[in-house]
Amino acid sequence: MSSFDAIVIGAGHNGLVCAATLAKKGRSVLVVEAADTVGGLAQDREFHAGFKAPIAHAASSFSTQVAKALDLPRHGLDFEPAGATYGLGEDGAHVRIIGDQISGVPQADHDEFAAYRQKLLRYAKTLDVVWHNTMPRIGGGLMDAMVYAQAALKLRLLGAEDMSEFVRVLTLPMRDLIDEVFVDPKLQGLLSWDGVIGSKLAPRSPNNAVLPLLLRMNGAAGGDYLVPKGGMRAIAASLVSAAQAAGAQIRTSSPVKRIIIEGDENGERATGVELETGEVLHAKKVISSADPKTTLFKLLGQRHLEIEFTNRIKRLRTNGLVAKFHIALSGEPEIVGGPDLRGRFIIAPSFDAIEFAYDDAKYGEASADPAIEFTVPSAVDGALAPAGQHVVSANVMYAPYDEKTGWSDASRAAFSDAIIAKLKRYIPNLDQISLGHELLTPLDLEREYRVTGGHWHHAEMALEQMLMMRPTYQAAQYQTPVSGLHLCGAGSHPGGGVLGIPGWNAARQILK
Amino acid sequence: MKKYDAIIIGAGHNGLTNAAYLAKAGLDVLVVEKNDYIGGAAVSRQMTDGYWYSSCSYVCSMMRQVIHRDLDLTRHGLVLVPYIGSLAFGENGNIVTSYTAEGPNYNELKKHSAHDADAMFRLMADLERYSILIRKTLLRTPPDPTSFKPRDIKELLFLAKTFWELGEAEVYEYIRFFTMSAAEFLDDYFENDFIKAVMATPGIIGTALGVDSPGSAYILLHHVMGDVDGNIGAWGLARGGMGAISNALASALQEHGGEIMTEAPVDQILVKNGKAAGIVLENGDEHYADIVVSNLDAKRTFTKIVDRKDLPPGIFKKAENFKIRGSSGKVNIALSGLPKFTGVADNRYINRGGQAFIGSMESLERAYDSWKRGTWSDDPFIESVIPSAWEPTVAPPGKHWMSNFIQYCPPQLADGPWTPEKRDAFGETVINKIERYAPGFKDLIVHMEVRTPFEIENEVGLTEGNIFQGELTIDQLLFNRPFPGYAQYRMPIKNMYMCGSSTHPGGGVSSACGANAAREILMDLGKPNTVPEDDCFDD
Repeated sequence: MSSFDAIVIGAGHNGLVCAATLAKKGRSVLVVEAADTVGGLAQDREFHAGFKAPIAHAASSFSTQVAKALDLPRHGLDFEPAGATYGLGEDGAHVRIIGDQISGVPQADHDEFAAYRQKLLRYAKTLDVVWHNTMPRIGGGLMDAMVYAQAALKLRLLGAEDMSEFVRVLTLPMRDLIDEVFVDPKLQGLLSWDGVIGSKLAPRSPNNAVLPLLLRMNGAAGGDYLVPKGGMRAIAASLVSAAQAAGAQIRTSSPVKRIIIEGDENGERATGVELETGEVLHAKKVISSADPKTTLFKLLGQRHLEIEFTNRIKRLRTNGLVAKFHIALSGEPEIVGGPDLRGRFIIAPSFDAIEFAYDDAKYGEASADPAIEFTVPSAVDGALAPAGQHVVSANVMYAPYDEKTGWSDASRAAFSDAIIAKLKRYIPNLDQISLGHELLTPLDLEREYRVTGGHWHHAEMALEQMLMMRPTYQAAQYQTPVSGLHLCGAGSHPGGGVLGIPGWNAARQILK
Repeated sequence: MKKYDAIIIGAGHNGLTNAAYLAKAGLDVLVVEKNDYIGGAAVSRQMTDGYWYSSCSYVCSMMRQVIHRDLDLTRHGLVLVPYIGSLAFGENGNIVTSYTAEGPNYNELKKHSAHDADAMFRLMADLERYSILIRKTLLRTPPDPTSFKPRDIKELLFLAKTFWELGEAEVYEYIRFFTMSAAEFLDDYFENDFIKAVMATPGIIGTALGVDSPGSAYILLHHVMGDVDGNIGAWGLARGGMGAISNALASALQEHGGEIMTEAPVDQILVKNGKAAGIVLENGDEHYADIVVSNLDAKRTFTKIVDRKDLPPGIFKKAENFKIRGSSGKVNIALSGLPKFTGVADNRYINRGGQAFIGSMESLERAYDSWKRGTWSDDPFIESVIPSAWEPTVAPPGKHWMSNFIQYCPPQLADGPWTPEKRDAFGETVINKIERYAPGFKDLIVHMEVRTPFEIENEVGLTEGNIFQGELTIDQLLFNRPFPGYAQYRMPIKNMYMCGSSTHPGGGVSSACGANAAREILMDLGKPNTVPEDDCFDD
């Protein structure tokens, strides 16, 4: 019978980061993955014969600290040059931003943009100490309070004016954050998108947009659009290489049936996992990169948890609102105005374009007039489509997990039609070159990728589910109430996105 | 010409409170008011023969009891009459009566959902706990988190300690409560949609947020943290209408030698050598003072009555960006008799409290969607009260006046500015909705006054008709209110202060802003403090 120092459930990027970090410190580690490939949502899927796309189509926020710590460049991780982000106009007049550069906006916005972006980058940087550390428990000893004091000191070092501004903007809705500075509707829509993406938020929603935005801006690209050389799968590939080089084992097609709990006079502890095949694997620590509800309810079981804690996990907000839409194309998409295909395109030409799309979702309906972010990943990564052919990869908001018909065929068809109709206004030759498409609603993502609610971030990135409260306060230090059972996925601090930080923080916390 | 120690601009309740405390400390005080009546939004006006409308604010709960006692407002004529029970009207004849007393309230809720009847105890206990934390801060000046002054550090440590000592579980619950939407917060308690809607309505009153918007749970607290005679969460009427509060404050002020000048709209604050020196009225009259206090909202103060060249850089922009959104309307109606509400046996409890016409969680949120689109909902949320039904001084014998507060009403319409025709169409929507619940209601109408944000702004001076003088979102609360760096009632011009609801702790007829500002002014003058600090009898 095999026994390991640690078994990591799930070979998504966070599971792999965690495994590699532990293995590098000499721990014997096994990663078990239910799917037949590694990489989770950052792995390619073939959605049409010969055409592939990853669910997560950008690695803009990947932590440079994690990449460095795991020596990922040596394991093959390299990035394409950052791509521009376009706020598309139907008439072909687009807003284009990359770094501090902006075009297609009135002079006043042009003048403000660099300062706006630098301000946010400064705040994102200030929070670096928060993102890359375990957030200590509240009300603990003086040492715990010290970590918060450190963060407070970092804030003070910004200077009085900047610190006040930071505290003020932290809870602003995207609309207010942007409206104070910019006047161009397309720019307003574009910038809003990056704050609300993946969340139950619209531009007018306060409190929960800015902090996740700053987390994403803390990553490799500072908010720009970034993909690895060789496509998104290169992330998992480099992590597998790093993990294996350090001695970790990875088994795919090995779905976990349950986490094994053994009890004695000292209480219960996790001692391993049982696979669907009945095979039992033992370890000193079981570390799950699955979402908290899957880990604690499906794999562990409520009977091992206190009622209070169970209730907190139950009320975690985990319903996703983003659909993924893929289109296989026989030729090159001709986007109006002819922007560089290696960019990222946002169809949300005003605050209200997003806000009103959101309103439908509040009542359990897919947006009749959705807001869309799409890329043409095949323009950078030739392996995704046959030569000369292309793929469109789109994130579409809003698609409620609990759509009121339960995502009937009719509602799926209507939503697909709405998405295509909208894309066609910006890609006039879409009909001529379209070979087929795929709609993945949050319900589909849940079924296919075992993510509760089909939520990208495993749990809503809202203030009450972030920091020392992610996923909830008794499990926010990567340790569940069950001894030997840990969390290392996007449902843990700092949260979702292709960051690698939860896995890294978890491993370092476990090593302490 | 006579020079005052202090001039206060605006005779709203906070301006009067501020003036009363300064006068009590021996200062020579003048309050100037643009209207021919005092009170601002806390006012009773005879709009038609024998009917006294509380035209704007209509219910009292936030008034700090310690100020009520300290300024002896009862002797100055202020009597509060508590609500005993209220009715909430839903869809399809659904009615929930809420009672101040726990037993009847439990029995009533049980008819709708046994689960929710139990959950209500939990909610009330939680809200009471949350409100205790807030109440501790109401009569304190917020610290400046960027300052290294001993006083600020001490106050900041007080806040941090208060928070830290709550313990882990409690901090978690507080953060949830302070940042979530009312809908999601209430999901933790209730299963019945209508009960949820009834409890969610305080989360949207006066604010440009929906029940589904993060942040609305806190607004809910803002409406339930008040008290009437120490009963937390209780609401009451002021005998004689809300103007009774302003009149009592004015009487207290005058007793201490303060003066009030009405019909005296201010054109500009006089600034000499970088210091506030007095005011110029619109008629050209100048009045001088060592100190000038503005009770106007922050946006109006800095964009209308201060010369931009007198301001340090950046303040004008901050004032322009101050979130003060109009979202509410008011329809005041004189009635020839008491309306008869369908499904309410013997009109029970019409004479004990308010009536809320709610619909459902969805209709509340959809009303917000209409606001976002620059129009009003066909099915708006209406919170009403017929004060004359149990406080008969405000209408002729046997007759009634009804206050209807409407959420939402946009400050500007998508199809252009408000016109008298559109205003009347808005009023028509409101009375049509009430007619559905009380057939024959329209026939009782003797006189009606419809107020959209446009009317409220023009008459009372609240920018966009925002009843809180600025949104109560986290970016505009505590040390961020009205702007970071200016939360201690001192403004960027020397000897100039603010005392309105744009300052901490925000809107509601609480008198706390005015009192806190007076304390800071007295401190700057080196005078003994006459303002009570602590109102925490609930510790």
